Amino acid sequence: MAAAVNADGAARSIAEAVARRSYGKLVALLAMRTRDVAAAEDALADAFAAALADWPERGCPANPEAWLMTVARRRAIDGARHRRVGDEVTNQLTILADEIDEREAGALPDRRLALLFACTHPALEAAIRTPLMLQVVLGLEAKTIASAFLMSPAAMSKRLVRAKNKIRAAGIPFSVPEREELPDRLAAVLEAVYAAYAEGWTDPLGRDTERRDLTGEALFLAHLLVELLPEEPETLGLLALMLYAQARCDSRRDAAGDYVPLSAQDPATWNAPMIDAADSLLRRASAFNAIGRFQLEAALQSAHVHRCRTHRSNWDEIVQLYDALFAIAASPVVAVNRALALAERDGPQAALDALEPYADDPRLADYQPYWAARADLLARVGATAEALGAYDLAIGLERDPSVRRFLQRKRIELSSARGWIGTS
Amino acid sequence: MQYLLMIYSEENGWNQMSASERQQGVAAYQAYTESLKKADVLVGANRLQQTNTATTVRLVDGKPQVLDGPFSDSKEQLAGYYLIDVPNLDAAIAWASRCPGAAHGLMEVRPVWTAPYEAPSVA
Repeated sequence: MAAAVNADGAARSIAEAVARRSYGKLVALLAMRTRDVAAAEDALADAFAAALADWPERGCPANPEAWLMTVARRRAIDGARHRRVGDEVTNQLTILADEIDEREAGALPDRRLALLFACTHPALEAAIRTPLMLQVVLGLEAKTIASAFLMSPAAMSKRLVRAKNKIRAAGIPFSVPEREELPDRLAAVLEAVYAAYAEGWTDPLGRDTERRDLTGEALFLAHLLVELLPEEPETLGLLALMLYAQARCDSRRDAAGDYVPLSAQDPATWNAPMIDAADSLLRRASAFNAIGRFQLEAALQSAHVHRCRTHRSNWDEIVQLYDALFAIAASPVVAVNRALALAERDGPQAALDALEPYADDPRLADYQPYWAARADLLARVGATAEALGAYDLAIGLERDPSVRRFLQRKRIELSSARGWIGTS
Repeated sequence: MQYLLMIYSEENGWNQMSASERQQGVAAYQAYTESLKKADVLVGANRLQQTNTATTVRLVDGKPQVLDGPFSDSKEQLAGYYLIDVPNLDAAIAWASRCPGAAHGLMEVRPVWTAPYEAPSVA
């Protein structure tokens, strides 16, 4: 009995490990010719269920990935016959089976890159690309993804189904785009990976375990992209950027769970090997002499790390990096961050002047960092009443309770320092 | 796969063009059609007459109700189409973006319906 339980547990943990490592690889192979992602996922789910029944009794196969592929492909053919979907699909699956059988075990071709490009195709709704990628390449459940993206599981499932249906019915190809299209298409892949990271990052305490996992999943995808496209500087830049952020992940909160801004963090608590890895990725990227958004953002992180470690001001360099970033990827968010650097170099009034054109920008109306930045800058130039108003907005917009407490404390300090009781 | 590339454009634009501009416009479409033929992807194509010639028909209580005018009242109207046979959506999008219609109007790319999963007809 105990042996059976152990065998069961061993089978389960191997199946889980294979699922983690190989899910996207197997979906890519199964769906490559038919473009039917949903059918591939169903077949794969059947194969995992079969593995959990079979492996405890007969022992785990030497090559679990190949075992799962064989079973899943057989299920896919059965499923195609059952649905009477026509000989074409069955033929395609049989061809696929032959192609794979000719290869030696363990050498399944890796078509995940093509799958990533399909999931982030511009013909798909932009907001569904990241969730789709998380599900199809990593096997995350719709309800996990839904919670990370603050959406109901039913709504998320519906949109995922619609996207998969479009891939199949509209003929979205599973292929790596041609050279002239590659930069734009790759940008969409990288953006989707970064969006997954950003969603995970917004829950620093990891109270929501599902969401904390998302940073890990995004890092896995970024590593995968570097492995699959080692010659693309922006993939290196993205991984560097994510590692710089990840290295400081735990330092954002003190022991009491309160928010610690970057300037108050102790660099000794940062993950040094991770920063070293980011540094070397960024060096590798810059050797290609093709600057891009993610490289610049990573370079900014690197500059912040350097300043905090050496206590030597480098705001001039940071403003220049923001200028370069603004030139290739202008956005109000970049403008806000640039203004904060400008405040350190040229004073708060210069920063407020730089933000003036965005005063009525609807894209910033509910962007918390904008109001927090404005509050800080206004307080520094002595416009206390306006600063308090901006703090109110920032506090009202913040989702994270510890950041909210931080902002509330700053607001109280400001109002008591100037003898203000309140604005309204 | 077969895709219908639909050209939507403002009819007034055409009406306001000079004779030589129209000639250039027609020449651009001819060249485009020629390149589709050369690439062996063209299945069919037509330019439509303007929407002031359109008639809308539907059955109301089993009787045809006939109305003057196009179905949709929008500024951009269907002006013509190309039916092409290419391997996938990327190829269809590439052809759509080369069509003169993408410059003076916009292109809608729609895959042609086949019975679910049915083999594409072997031509």
